[in-house]
Amino acid sequence: MPKETNNTRTIQVDYLARVEGEGKLYVEMDGDDVGEVRLEIFEPPRFFEALLRGRDYVEAPDITARICGICPIAYQMSAVHAMEDALGVDIEPGIRELRRLIYCGEWIESHTLHIYMLHAPDFLGYAGAVEMAKDHPEVVKRGLALKKAGNELVSTLGGREVHPINVRVGGFYRLPRPKELRQLAETMRQARELAKETLEWAATLDFPDYERDIEFVSLSHPDEYPFNEGRVVSSQGLDISVHDYDDHFEEQHLEHSTALYSVHKGHGSYFVGPMARYNLNRDRLPDWIQQAAADAGLEKVCKNPYKSILVRAVEVLFACDEALRILDAYEAPDNAAPDIELHAAVGYAATEAPRGLLYHRYELADDGTIADARIVPPTSQNQYAIEDDLRGVVERNIAMGSDELQWRCEQTIRNYDPCISCATHFLNLQINRGESRGE
Amino acid sequence: MESLVESEATSTLVIGIGNRQRKDDAAGLAVVDQLRDEALDGVELVEHSGEAASLMDLWQGREVLVIDATSSGQPAGTIRRVDLLEEQLADEVLATCSSHAFGLAQAVELGRALGELPPRLVLYGIEGADFSHGEGLSGAVEEAVEEVVGEVASEVGSGASEAP
Repeated sequence: MPKETNNTRTIQVDYLARVEGEGKLYVEMDGDDVGEVRLEIFEPPRFFEALLRGRDYVEAPDITARICGICPIAYQMSAVHAMEDALGVDIEPGIRELRRLIYCGEWIESHTLHIYMLHAPDFLGYAGAVEMAKDHPEVVKRGLALKKAGNELVSTLGGREVHPINVRVGGFYRLPRPKELRQLAETMRQARELAKETLEWAATLDFPDYERDIEFVSLSHPDEYPFNEGRVVSSQGLDISVHDYDDHFEEQHLEHSTALYSVHKGHGSYFVGPMARYNLNRDRLPDWIQQAAADAGLEKVCKNPYKSILVRAVEVLFACDEALRILDAYEAPDNAAPDIELHAAVGYAATEAPRGLLYHRYELADDGTIADARIVPPTSQNQYAIEDDLRGVVERNIAMGSDELQWRCEQTIRNYDPCISCATHFLNLQINRGESRGE
Repeated sequence: MESLVESEATSTLVIGIGNRQRKDDAAGLAVVDQLRDEALDGVELVEHSGEAASLMDLWQGREVLVIDATSSGQPAGTIRRVDLLEEQLADEVLATCSSHAFGLAQAVELGRALGELPPRLVLYGIEGADFSHGEGLSGAVEEAVEEVVGEVASEVGSGASEAP
């Protein structure tokens, strides 16, 4: 709660809901100067990397899926592609399509939860979705129905909607039955309508006036909006194979955080996620979705992080449409998964998690045992960008009352839909104004 | 999530919520495991992660008993029976071991706000002590699980909607 004395204002939020994970934000202010801005978080993937050592390569998708209850598919996808890269496994076109399909489900689930339940209350002035539901029941019901459609996609293909278990290196343990896919197509046709309404509704929100210049980084594929494949590109001209990721990006350890901060070497902080994907791949969306995005007020390049809610709505619309395209054209692969020959190797992959680029690298021994693993999740890549944004927002709004500024800071954090950890949800936000710096 | 028996819309739905890899958080699942051995008539047993949207969908129009671990500072093993149609659920009561920041408490309160709660919704909360990584229940939680199994079996068996 905000506290004010003559020269000092302190804002502290002991329980900030509507973010994923455990962390603490600290903003120091001295008069009109903004001092240190820190987002202190705990990040489980570091433990997972150690836990993976000595395990069999086939276990990686199921173990890493446990890193996140919101984006397990992303972890499974990056894991299987990295293993296939290491072991030279070619996947059938039908498997490739099913992977895009299950990824559509995860984007729909994750983005819809964020848009309606976590982020919309910031724009409409409610403490949370429950309070919002009382005044806007039809909006919340639409969000729930759309999320349910995403759940259905993931549970049909993945075996269950949280921590799915059906993904394996080379393909799936069980292929979906034609009847299941017909049912899904019906669900997705309805979901696409809900997604159109979602974008139109999101366009009616008020967006704080704020733009920033930052390097956007995402996968890019010549023919499609990226999920599983592509080169790593940026708005400042980077264009590399994922094999060269480690040459261009590094993680830094800062004393105040157990999480690592990722930087683009020689460039600094960068931004991954829906806005980066949209800005770098907009022309690979179907024409009618590009038009719907423009009608909703999105520029060709969006630099206002508060409009990320619009970009997510565009991606949900795309995911519903892409799922329908896949379901209508689907031809079952001959095999659920190929035989795989083992040898010592290193494999790399990056896929587009709902929150952005997710990089995995594995070193395998000749019997397929994992000798080394490296996982760089989107939130660690965005951590500097979030702090930069908070600084910018506090600087521009220093005259704001403490309550309003606190609200704006929380909204700013949620622009990134940060997925901080997977076990608890506790973010302790503290803004310290006045003379206490350095004490 | 995974329905373990064929859905029977007329039966009572008993939902165990939790994560087996987070020690005492698995208390609700342990109750469902033991109830399965009792082979009660007219009862559908379901394990669930606590994800709110699918919970709301699952329990629509049903007679529902939910068993979940709680974390509220009470002694480990404390059992609380709450008629959720009568009482509001404070966020902090339920162990926040769902990774969604959007679990049972939100499902109940969203359902209430939307006028979409099921006709009967009773929570059995079992206070946990240890929600760290790993399997296995604390001793006091294990004893509470046994007791809740008995209470749920008799509540379902008698068809009573009042406290046993």
